[in-house]
Amino acid sequence: MIAYIIRRLLATIPVMVIVGVFVFLLLHLAPGDPAAIIAGDNATEENIAAIRSRLGLDRPLLAQFGSWAWAIAQGDLGVSMFSNLPVTTLVLQRAEPTIALATTTLIVAISIAVTIGVLAAWKAGSLLDRAVMGFAVMGFSVPVFVVGYMLVYVFALQLRWLPVQGYVPISQGLWPCLRNLILPSVALGLAYVALIARITRASMLDVLAEDYIRTANAKGVATVPVLLRHALKNAAVPIVTVIGIGVALLISGVVITESVFNIPGVGRLVVDAIARRDYPIIQGVMIIFSGVYVIVNLCVDIVYTFLDPRIRY
Amino acid sequence: MAAVSPPVVTAAPGWLADTVRRHPTIVVGAVLLAIVALGALLAPVIAGDPIAFQPIDRLKGPSAQFWLGTDSLGRDVYARMVYGARISLLVGLSVAAISIAIGLVIGLVAGYFPRVDTVVMRFMDGIMAIPAILLAIALVAVVGASVQVVIIAIAIPEIPRVTRLVRAVVLSVRDLPYVEAAQASGTRVARILRRHILPNTVAPLIVQATYICASAILTEAGLSFLGAGTPPEFPTWGNMIASSRLYLQIAPWTIFAPGFCLALVVLSVNLLGDGLRDRLDPRIARRM
Repeated sequence: MIAYIIRRLLATIPVMVIVGVFVFLLLHLAPGDPAAIIAGDNATEENIAAIRSRLGLDRPLLAQFGSWAWAIAQGDLGVSMFSNLPVTTLVLQRAEPTIALATTTLIVAISIAVTIGVLAAWKAGSLLDRAVMGFAVMGFSVPVFVVGYMLVYVFALQLRWLPVQGYVPISQGLWPCLRNLILPSVALGLAYVALIARITRASMLDVLAEDYIRTANAKGVATVPVLLRHALKNAAVPIVTVIGIGVALLISGVVITESVFNIPGVGRLVVDAIARRDYPIIQGVMIIFSGVYVIVNLCVDIVYTFLDPRIRY
Repeated sequence: MAAVSPPVVTAAPGWLADTVRRHPTIVVGAVLLAIVALGALLAPVIAGDPIAFQPIDRLKGPSAQFWLGTDSLGRDVYARMVYGARISLLVGLSVAAISIAIGLVIGLVAGYFPRVDTVVMRFMDGIMAIPAILLAIALVAVVGASVQVVIIAIAIPEIPRVTRLVRAVVLSVRDLPYVEAAQASGTRVARILRRHILPNTVAPLIVQATYICASAILTEAGLSFLGAGTPPEFPTWGNMIASSRLYLQIAPWTIFAPGFCLALVVLSVNLLGDGLRDRLDPRIARRM
């Protein structure tokens, strides 16, 4: 088990190296001087020259990549051109709202999605099933920000049940914090719910057709234990896989959702960096979010072995 | 799912008639898309000037002159909405075409040559780990915003998905007797790939193309919304929503009109894709 986890952990290194190469080359393959791009639009010749020598942009490409990657491995993601603060510091300052939003969304979305997916598979072909599948197609189709503004319009502006936007730190109380996260979580989670509900239904349908389910039903096991203990547990591997892959959807969604609801998180940090052409921030957040995706999928791989003892690589 | 009707013997059943009867989602999706595409093509005929602004008429509600009202600069929301379809469809179709073309070639080669496979798939894993929207934001930040850059930026993260799909198909047919027979009779590799393996990828790729198209339209709208996409002089559904965000309470139509179009187009593409998947691959139709 431990050996397997270590092997999987080591396997993430080449993936992260490729992410690094890609992010690094993006800046260097682009037409124009990388130093000028990093310096931004209002930079003087001296600024550009200073950046070039500080980042060693006059050295060979491979040497540059080496020192850049070495710095990242030590947690140094460079310095923001706008605020002159280390990118790592800026990201850490903005981490709480993003983590809070992502966690609430994950918990709410997965519980809703698996529930409706199981129900749809159980009552396959029924009105409920059709409603769930229809909802799933809708969920894929409506963009995060359109859902967000619809929710704000109805629940914040018209009904006045929930705040329009903003974020309250968790240190000021759990409920004030959650109140501000309800609408963003629903908007962000919709596509994710659709994705997971669909795979849950498909995977459950496969398992429910198995002989042992018929046996369990025939010997009089109650419906709920059959669905949960016999079926869902065996249908879990594809569901967990999609939960992992879907995190990519969630990360892209976070960037947009934070913009819609004015949440001062890591996503907003990037969006603000676009207008300021603050390339080190964009680069740093790209590395961090890619790392999150890789780690989540590493966890998924490890969860497999608990769900299905037959899986041993 | 549509109820399966008993086989009816008709004079000319035909692929088309069968499709229409058994897969109504294809028809619904295709018709809605055709209407939107026609609107985009005929934009100068059916809509006024999307750029002209009249500050006096700003944030007016729907009227006979402005069917869907005006935005905060007094621009015609209906005209901008019609013109916005052009960018969405252009980006959706181009991204699907580019990513399929590139992903197909890489996938065929990777699937057929195990040595290339390991290297290429590791590289693809790396690209897949980078969030699509951030990759696009970074590319736009480095190269500058233009429709072409947006198309390329959205196409890159889709390539690994196409590659994986094509590779899976290649792996499943590579060792089948008919391919071995072709190899044994000395057929050149390029010809084997083109004549014996490529045809197997067509059906899944058509379905994949619709999903790529849908996700590209969503990503383009997201980028425009964040101000990192298509330059602001082009009206797009994303930047219409972004520029109206402060007026949600007093002029909700400025946000919901383009939002509705966006959802409608993506929904039609998804319906078309689901229908085609059921039509082309009956094995999974039962499940999804």
